[in-house]
Amino acid sequence: MTEKYRKVAYYPGCALEGTGHAYNRSTKEVGKALGLDLVELKNWNCCGAMEVKNIDPKLQTYLSARNLSIAEEMGFDVVMAPCNGCYHNLKKAEYDLAHDGESREVVGRLSQKAGHETYEAGKVETIHALDWIKEAIGEEGLKARVKNSLQGLKIANYYGCMYTRPRHIFPEKDKGPGSESTSKPHFMDDLLAAAGAECVEYPLKTACCGGAHTLSDSDTSTKLVLNLLTTAEACGADVIATECPTCHTGLEMHQVRAEKVFGRKTKVKILYFTQLLGMALGLSARRVGVAENLSDSSDLLRARGLG
Amino acid sequence: MPIHEKSLIRPENLLTHEQLTIEGVDVSGHWSTFIQSRVVTDYNEALQDEIAALPGGEFIHRCWQCGSCTNSCTVNAINPDFNPRYWIYLIRMGLEEELLHDKDIVWQCVSCNKCTYACPRDVNPEGVMKATAHWLELKGHTATKPSMQFDEIFSEQVFATGKIEEGRVLRRFLARSGQPLLQDWLVALVRGLVRRLPVTFLMRLGLASLVRPRTRGWGRARDAIAGYVAERKAADRAALGLGPQGAKR
Repeated sequence: MTEKYRKVAYYPGCALEGTGHAYNRSTKEVGKALGLDLVELKNWNCCGAMEVKNIDPKLQTYLSARNLSIAEEMGFDVVMAPCNGCYHNLKKAEYDLAHDGESREVVGRLSQKAGHETYEAGKVETIHALDWIKEAIGEEGLKARVKNSLQGLKIANYYGCMYTRPRHIFPEKDKGPGSESTSKPHFMDDLLAAAGAECVEYPLKTACCGGAHTLSDSDTSTKLVLNLLTTAEACGADVIATECPTCHTGLEMHQVRAEKVFGRKTKVKILYFTQLLGMALGLSARRVGVAENLSDSSDLLRARGLG
Repeated sequence: MPIHEKSLIRPENLLTHEQLTIEGVDVSGHWSTFIQSRVVTDYNEALQDEIAALPGGEFIHRCWQCGSCTNSCTVNAINPDFNPRYWIYLIRMGLEEELLHDKDIVWQCVSCNKCTYACPRDVNPEGVMKATAHWLELKGHTATKPSMQFDEIFSEQVFATGKIEEGRVLRRFLARSGQPLLQDWLVALVRGLVRRLPVTFLMRLGLASLVRPRTRGWGRARDAIAGYVAERKAADRAALGLGPQGAKR
């Protein structure tokens, strides 16, 4: 349990203002219900997602460095990003600025021209929404606050690529018991289990949903997503819990596309882990934005007495 | 079969003779297949250096061909022809012609970074895939691939305003890549959404597409980025020996 995570800078990112709004809403609602404070970064910019790095990787480093410098300027030493893409890019920038002179040079030059402080590695710690709840509240703290247990709900926890790979940008992971694992992550499993859910053994936790090419190579993405969905069903899951808006939207979109284009229908529901946690904490489905998801999980939730 | 002999078993490199005698032995007919002997003279000795000069390709020289990248590859599991280890080999050997056989699939790397995770030599194979796809386009071997079109549209918006709006990225990408906006599955998706969505959320999405989200005070960052992008483009082209306009088809 970490006191310093009780009030952190919040970097929602572009997706959480658009298709991933349900994640934004549910993250804030869960924070409120748990008594945690989020202060949004002022005038943040896009992290570059998976696209800007293909134009130039150091430019992507700059975009994150600018966001980190804002957190520092606002007096925060911790920034929380719920989106895997944002989280990954902040971590990658932190790593590159600490280890690569050329990245430091480019970021310094661009920051100066743009007229803001140059961010220096080590000033601000980047955490994911999973770290935030796990460290600030913990499983025991969560258990004590559960009003509407997720008991009987079978969940496949899906973490995607950018939460764990490449390993070197996550120096705090793989530190043994208690720390997060990059090969078999478990923080989301831990939190949802504390909320009463039954987390199924899901071998594709860190498999790829094809999010980078969700539109530019749709057939590949649909095949990858279909594999994630059918495997979750084979593992007995009612729901796939997500912690990334790109993965989440990709799963939802390609679930529909798999049915329309490949004729393969799957029934498993897709919900953000914060939506599930929120409902366990007694928030309504409406409060955690279930109606804002592209996929409709209302039948299942009603049948389980949630929301 | 060693990886460098893979090309020898391509159909066009296999010969079957009606009449053939080798050292006094009649080997005519279809009882066996002969691999045409050949001497490779068209090595591109600059190939590895060119890939290494592009962002992501810097550490290709470290590769010792263990195959962990291909073994862990997401795309390889769907299409066995997508073979990072093989392409890295070809690049390091300078076998440009062989590399060009696969020029239309290299771009399909999904950047899952499983290869980067597995690589024992820190080659950064994901970066090498991007550098190679970039090289193929810069050299004019392939047209701009859909993923690069997407990257460009996305990045243009980030550079211009500091933020993106997903609807705009979607519409622009479908237009630039020549796809209809009204695809069955997209329509089905929107129908389902509209049936259930709260009005406030729809209004928010509608508003975002009209009033583009932007970062306040972005102007100077935008100019700094524009200058840097121009500088990098020129450097990449120069590294491949291309002029300012270059070999665009």
